[in-house]
Amino acid sequence: METAAAIQPTTKLWNGGKSPFNVSYGKLMMWYFLMSDAFTFGAFLISYGTIRFSQNVWADPNHVFNAFPLTGHTNLPLAFVSLMTFILILSSVTMVLAVHEGHNMNRKGVEKWLVFTILGGLAFLGCQAWEWTHLITGDHAVLVNGTLQHWGTTVSHNPWGPEVNYNGAEVASPGPIAFGGYFFGITGFHGFHVFSGVVINGIMLVKTRLGHFDQRGHYEMIEKAGLYWHFVDLVWVFVFLCFYLI
Amino acid sequence: MSNEAILHDQVTGVHDLGHTAHEHHHHQSFISKYVFSQDHKMIAKQFLITGMIWAIIGGFFSVLFRLQLGYPESTFPWLEDFLGHWAKGGKLDPEFYYSLVTMHGTILVFFVLTAGLSGTFSNFLIPLQVGARDMASPFLNMLSYWFFFMASIVMLTSLFVQTGPASGGWTIYPPLSALGEASEGSKIGMDLWLVSMALFIINALLGGLNYIATILNLRTKGMSMTRMPLTMWAFFFTAVLGVLSFPVLLSGAILLLFDRNLGTSFFLSDIVINGKILPNEGGSPILFQHLFWFLGHPEVYIIILPAMGIASEVMSVNSRKPIFGYMAMVGSLFAITALAFLVWAHHMFVTGLNPFLGSFFVLLTLLIAVPSAIKVFNWLTTLWRGNIRFTPGMLFSIGFVSIFISGGLTGIFLGNSALDIHLHDTYFVIAHFHIVMGVAGMFGMFAGLYHWYPKMFGRYLNDTLAYIHFWVTMVGAYLIFWPMHYEGLAGMPRRYYDFSNWESFKMFAGLNEFISFVSIIVFAAQLLFVFNFFYSMFKGRKVTTQNPWGANTLEWSTPIRPGHGNWPGEIPEVHRWAYDYGKDGREFIPQTEPVGEHESKH
Repeated sequence: METAAAIQPTTKLWNGGKSPFNVSYGKLMMWYFLMSDAFTFGAFLISYGTIRFSQNVWADPNHVFNAFPLTGHTNLPLAFVSLMTFILILSSVTMVLAVHEGHNMNRKGVEKWLVFTILGGLAFLGCQAWEWTHLITGDHAVLVNGTLQHWGTTVSHNPWGPEVNYNGAEVASPGPIAFGGYFFGITGFHGFHVFSGVVINGIMLVKTRLGHFDQRGHYEMIEKAGLYWHFVDLVWVFVFLCFYLI
Repeated sequence: MSNEAILHDQVTGVHDLGHTAHEHHHHQSFISKYVFSQDHKMIAKQFLITGMIWAIIGGFFSVLFRLQLGYPESTFPWLEDFLGHWAKGGKLDPEFYYSLVTMHGTILVFFVLTAGLSGTFSNFLIPLQVGARDMASPFLNMLSYWFFFMASIVMLTSLFVQTGPASGGWTIYPPLSALGEASEGSKIGMDLWLVSMALFIINALLGGLNYIATILNLRTKGMSMTRMPLTMWAFFFTAVLGVLSFPVLLSGAILLLFDRNLGTSFFLSDIVINGKILPNEGGSPILFQHLFWFLGHPEVYIIILPAMGIASEVMSVNSRKPIFGYMAMVGSLFAITALAFLVWAHHMFVTGLNPFLGSFFVLLTLLIAVPSAIKVFNWLTTLWRGNIRFTPGMLFSIGFVSIFISGGLTGIFLGNSALDIHLHDTYFVIAHFHIVMGVAGMFGMFAGLYHWYPKMFGRYLNDTLAYIHFWVTMVGAYLIFWPMHYEGLAGMPRRYYDFSNWESFKMFAGLNEFISFVSIIVFAAQLLFVFNFFYSMFKGRKVTTQNPWGANTLEWSTPIRPGHGNWPGEIPEVHRWAYDYGKDGREFIPQTEPVGEHESKH
């Protein structure tokens, strides 16, 4: 059976001597890495789903995420997270433009769009920092064992349980503890990925400025960084869906 | 910039590496040649020797706890000199006993049979057998070893902390592993275990990505996928398993670290410890078991697939016959890989898993018997009427098949959820997985070492010591683990410190002593191998011909001691599969030889 293969033309994709997918080993490794990373996030999100649906009640995202910087106590459900998501998706667009300029071997263009992508990433991280701070330092009246306490949202305290009547006013009761753990755990792990992406893009920017890719004759490294960046965006879409919309 | 241009650029880059490296490798400094080496062959040896050090430590631990199990009434004063407060009065402390079994499992499963086996042979053989100058990314490959090294250092450190290393079993189930108050070993030792494992996962990931990319992208001209030796297929599927299953353990390890240190409740709920009610609520320890076994089950195939690949290759070479059913072998490797992801809950039949769901896991588990049996029959038919040379590597390959059959059959018992109610957590399980994964994995490793040692060091291992090593290990493995089936069927539970307190297990005192006695002898035989390994490195018989075994694969077309870049000139082109043995009246036809005009088909 093997001898028969020998008379076939050697230009066949899988016959060795060339990449069967017509990609460099680096891109191939990046794709496999992203698949692996998808399993890490998948495990986190499935764990979250398992625990969340084993509970009778869960925090209402419209209620938890209704604040916006500098607007006081105005009720703006999901407005801030929509802005964050918009920023992150916009940074994916600028990344596409950077890769595009790389194909054209336009160093200045690559630099410009990489700077915008990095700024987008930093803006997202800044927003996340604000959101976390707001949740942790928040001050919500919770009825605990017949007395009123003031809680923030942390990994051990959840002030977003069902409302109960207390001295004629509606106050919250403690909600499932798992909420904070999964929210901070998973958005934190995603934030860590965004941070790594910003660092990677920063290194790419420096290498571009130093002309490394012009010497090499191609900007493939930018493409690989782009793959990672888009993946991090894609993961956010799922995180957004699971924590803010459902 | 098109893909074509980038790819072309890389090909020339690799060629440059080959030429320059060959011309200049004499000028390498000690550091760049032996320590921070980017040569896949040196990295393989680093994995091997680190793995061997771990094997000695992990094996010695089993000797220590077998002393306790075999001689529960005796004291060994030298133990106190050696272990201090862990063995007061010459008797192992119960807490330390649990640490020993935990670390024995962790070390052997991850550090020896994963990093030591697939780390060594994937690194050593992949570029040599597919015809590449080196791994796709030599730098990441080097990094992969150093992450393994760091994981090793952290794990080694945990052996020396005051409260001792992790002691909750190698599966580190919460809540025991999640609460420092629960046991001595759940304190800092457990944190170090988790950090070490996170570093280990990075090592496995970097290594695996490299193995996949090298096998897919860097095959030499003519080396189609179906012309690759079975070792390559086995390492390829091993790498795929690792890349897709280790990240799930990483998730579990991260969540467990949070539960331990940040007060989260991922795996904890409704716990009272020392009379104190913990605030944790809503978590699930079963969730951890799912995350753990999603890695844990593929992990046993990460161990056994490389051993299968090595045994197939060594057997075909030393039977002077083509491997029987090459495509069936590849197909069953693929089937095992796919099924490996779908059977994890058979480790959890008695956790309260829905019996209806359990029945699917029984079905999928028993299905693995099909590709496994196909492989066994193909090995036996490869041996059938072969012109067998009983080299040490060949003996270990044949031993591998014997061991794999014996251990595999008991897996069919355990895969039944009904039988598992009786058998779970008994010595039957211990016997099953030690034979089918532990001993079989080690046999694959030894087969590979005896077979490729001449390629690694340019010298042979001593044959007499090798035969003693084989027969003592082979007979000893059966003498140790065979009686354990019997104890397990009688209900003797695993991980117990002392069985002399139980009326029902008192009758096994003599048997336990016998097992302990044999395991000490077998451990000594492994030290004999270690001696042989290092002695032969300097004093062994020198290899004088390029292809001492008369094998077809590409690694034997390199110089006896290949430099960085493997082939001094062009990389050879491949014209045929790897198994043209005993064809047209010729003993073997190397892969590099073009197909003759009148050659018969097979």
